[in-house]
Amino acid sequence: MHVDCKGDASLTIVGKEVTYLLAENTARKPLHREVIRGLQNIVGASMVLHRPEDLLLYEYDGSVEKGRPGAVVFPTTTLEVSQVVRLAAQHDVPVIGRGAGTGLSGGALARTGGIMIVFARMHRILELDLENQRAVVQPGVVNYELTRAVEPAGLYFAPDPSSQKSCTIGGNVAENAGGPHTLAYGVTSNHVTALELVLPDGEICRVGSRHGDSVGYDLAGLVVGSEGTLALVTEITVKLLRKPESVKTLLAIFDRVDDASETVAEITARAITPAACEMLDGWTLRAVEDFIHAGFPLDSAAVLLIELEGMAEAVAAQVAAVEEVCGAHHGREVRVAGDEQERELLWKGRKNAFGALGRIATSNYVLDGVIPRSKIPQALRRIREIGERYNFKVGNIFHAGDGNLHPIVLFDARDAGQYERAIEASAEIIRYCVEIGGALTGEHGVGMEKSELMPLLFSDDDFDLMRRIHDAFNPRSALNPGKIFPLNKGCGEITPRAQAGVRAVPL
Amino acid sequence: MSTVATNVAARLEAVISAAHVNGDPEFCAKFSVDGVVPSAVAKPASPAEVVEIVRFAKSEKLALIPCGRGTKLGMGMPPARYDIALNMTGLNQIAYYDPGDLTLSVDAGMSLTELSDALAQQKQFAPLAVPFFEECTVGGTIASNIGSSLRPGYGSARDFLLGAEFVNGAGTFTKSGGRVVKNVTGYDLHKLLIGSLGTLGAITRLNFRTFPLPEGHGHVMSTFSSVDSVARFQAMVAKSPLTPSSFDILGPEAAHAIAAGFRKDRDAALPSWFTHGAWHACVGFEGAEPILRRYPSELVHYAQQCGASSYHLLGESDQKSLRVGLTELIKLLSRGGPTATMFKINTVPGFSADVSMLDALAARFSIPCCIFANSSGPLYCALQPGDLNDKTIGSLAHIASGVFEYAAAHNGSASILFCPTSLKRVVNIWGPARNDAALMRRVKSAFDPENVFAPGRFVAGI
Repeated sequence: MHVDCKGDASLTIVGKEVTYLLAENTARKPLHREVIRGLQNIVGASMVLHRPEDLLLYEYDGSVEKGRPGAVVFPTTTLEVSQVVRLAAQHDVPVIGRGAGTGLSGGALARTGGIMIVFARMHRILELDLENQRAVVQPGVVNYELTRAVEPAGLYFAPDPSSQKSCTIGGNVAENAGGPHTLAYGVTSNHVTALELVLPDGEICRVGSRHGDSVGYDLAGLVVGSEGTLALVTEITVKLLRKPESVKTLLAIFDRVDDASETVAEITARAITPAACEMLDGWTLRAVEDFIHAGFPLDSAAVLLIELEGMAEAVAAQVAAVEEVCGAHHGREVRVAGDEQERELLWKGRKNAFGALGRIATSNYVLDGVIPRSKIPQALRRIREIGERYNFKVGNIFHAGDGNLHPIVLFDARDAGQYERAIEASAEIIRYCVEIGGALTGEHGVGMEKSELMPLLFSDDDFDLMRRIHDAFNPRSALNPGKIFPLNKGCGEITPRAQAGVRAVPL
Repeated sequence: MSTVATNVAARLEAVISAAHVNGDPEFCAKFSVDGVVPSAVAKPASPAEVVEIVRFAKSEKLALIPCGRGTKLGMGMPPARYDIALNMTGLNQIAYYDPGDLTLSVDAGMSLTELSDALAQQKQFAPLAVPFFEECTVGGTIASNIGSSLRPGYGSARDFLLGAEFVNGAGTFTKSGGRVVKNVTGYDLHKLLIGSLGTLGAITRLNFRTFPLPEGHGHVMSTFSSVDSVARFQAMVAKSPLTPSSFDILGPEAAHAIAAGFRKDRDAALPSWFTHGAWHACVGFEGAEPILRRYPSELVHYAQQCGASSYHLLGESDQKSLRVGLTELIKLLSRGGPTATMFKINTVPGFSADVSMLDALAARFSIPCCIFANSSGPLYCALQPGDLNDKTIGSLAHIASGVFEYAAAHNGSASILFCPTSLKRVVNIWGPARNDAALMRRVKSAFDPENVFAPGRFVAGI
């Protein structure tokens, strides 16, 4: 294990930027003046950024990967997007789509420079078909804004990543975003029925249908989660769900982590099917409590935040069943949120947890492994053991009900040795997830961060087919180059990239 | 036996175990697709043998059609070429089942009944309530994407298929997705296999989410004098707190077809829930006692508001027969005679408008429409215009072009699920090519560069 030999990673340390270990490689060849002029002709001069100081903001996303585009454009129509893509093709310049830049794996970064299309101005809800529970939106619509628009009709958009108040639906589509409530309602791909695409040659194409069922291959299903490597998405048709009749939020408190994880395994095995089932271990919840005051008990070893939704009778039965399981596994107490305010406070504790961690840890590396739910107890024990072996504190705050782990390795990035060992410990954890039947990423995407880990799961033949599919859409890698596929294949070693830093990492 | 047939079978025997190859014409005829009979049937016993067969076919420029028990081989266009039937039923084991995680990995050739028996032992099931249930395989169910009546409660295969292993047209064994319930690692290629009708590769294994068997279930059947009232009822339930597991709407003919299936003999009475000439709505629900008590009263309340003429809470044995009747309706209608034809229509908002369009079209040719729908799935319309001759084929072709035109104009799509082969000579059952046809062809070439798999059966000439 070594740090990426390509060497274009850097870390951001409190207040000042330190280029760490590796040479900066983000200064790309500037775009030809003719390209800039062409972009200005398409979208207007004020909608093109090309001066280095203007581009700075766009070299980051929610990870600490970096990649500076040569220009950023803000189109307002599909036609403009298509024209920008055509212009880029003429000049052989890559194009990268971007929503709000909250992604956690470097998906929306210009790894090799090029033109970044930011969809911030394509933020219109084009149509609300409340009767048929469908919405047609532009990619720049903020996730939560859609829910707000349809709330009066008793509807909502189900995918709810913690960044939902700032992330865009276009970004959700690119990354196939999840969130706590995907446990019951599925990830973004379960809620997208049709897409309008702009292909790398500028062609505009529609896939899927408003209904959801269509004729032919499920191209919409393929494009969702393809991380902007197949096409740019310029219009999205989504399903809207009806709000449940009853919602109960429970906080189950445990004196031992094992008891909490056994509880999750049994809730799954007994098929109680909560809408969300989140776990915070003791160390993490104390950090959170200190900051948010959500009411997490400071002396506990772990808590489960469990939400049950549905018809009132079913929810009542599920609450009783969850209480029973918690009791059987030595749960100290199960609190039921008394009102909406208490419920929101508990969720605030969960959704802002990473902000809380940023206050106390120098640096952290958040993982996104997925494992079979029946193996949560053993996985948490192994993670603790790996942390102890490397002498790191590893916090756990994650989507327990989905088996989507987010171990957070806490370390001091100013110490070069620590950084390397943190990366090694993280890779060992991910390798363990794969070993017990899991996957590299549950919701954050592969992007730049995990591309070099892909060979843990996929064979050369798997990559060949994925590459052929990539080329069927994007033959010259003009769209979002350098993502998903490992660059260092054959280099012999697996080199995960650090997602480290002190900035709040929403989950 | 023709020389070609002898040749293919004999040469195949050099590639995989001879016991897994059959070149007997009578046997091969059982695997015919739209009248095209393969020269050999290969029944691989392992994914490695599938790889060998595909490589053989690729190098010999032969065409393969993968199949399970062959119940839905009539779907799709007639194959442009067809040399070897790839009988996947030799791969038929549960590879991995973790009831505690509610996940399963199963060989494509396993029968649905065997799978459901194995899951039932753990009080679980796969929500694939599909026609031909008793005689089909898991792989065929996914490759055909045939509709499940449990879709309102559990979604379609796209919602619970977690991953797949398959041999693509390049003759390599590949996988996509995984076994965990949440996963964004790599492209979701397994989603493309759903409904691909064997044109992308031979599925060897499928990974699913499983679901707990419900504690109890119930069904309320209501009848309505018009399609508009039943559509109103459907909309009202959709806006209520109720979350039914199934919602089947049956036109008068479809309801009669199911009701007739209840009779032991022709003179026996039809079941009490059946009303001649009425639209029927059958709502299924699941859960524990309090839930089962709540549904009937609320459903009856909504039905009354929509002017229902009758409603029935079905007893245990009626429910069972009705579930089978609803699930197998497509199979029943597909065997309705030499001209049996079924349209599958997906439009939004759909229902009422679809029905008036179909009624108007079919009335022109005096052909009765047998219509049914699943509240969140497609609408189906079966036609049986009598004898198979040029006139009936001409009428069906006219209706087909009307249906395709209507679907395109209504933001939707339509296709023909089954029909006489002679209709396929004059009508593309997938409807006119859409805007995404070129992309589909590129996807096909990526999976199957030499066009080994089921050439000509799919959309856009794929």
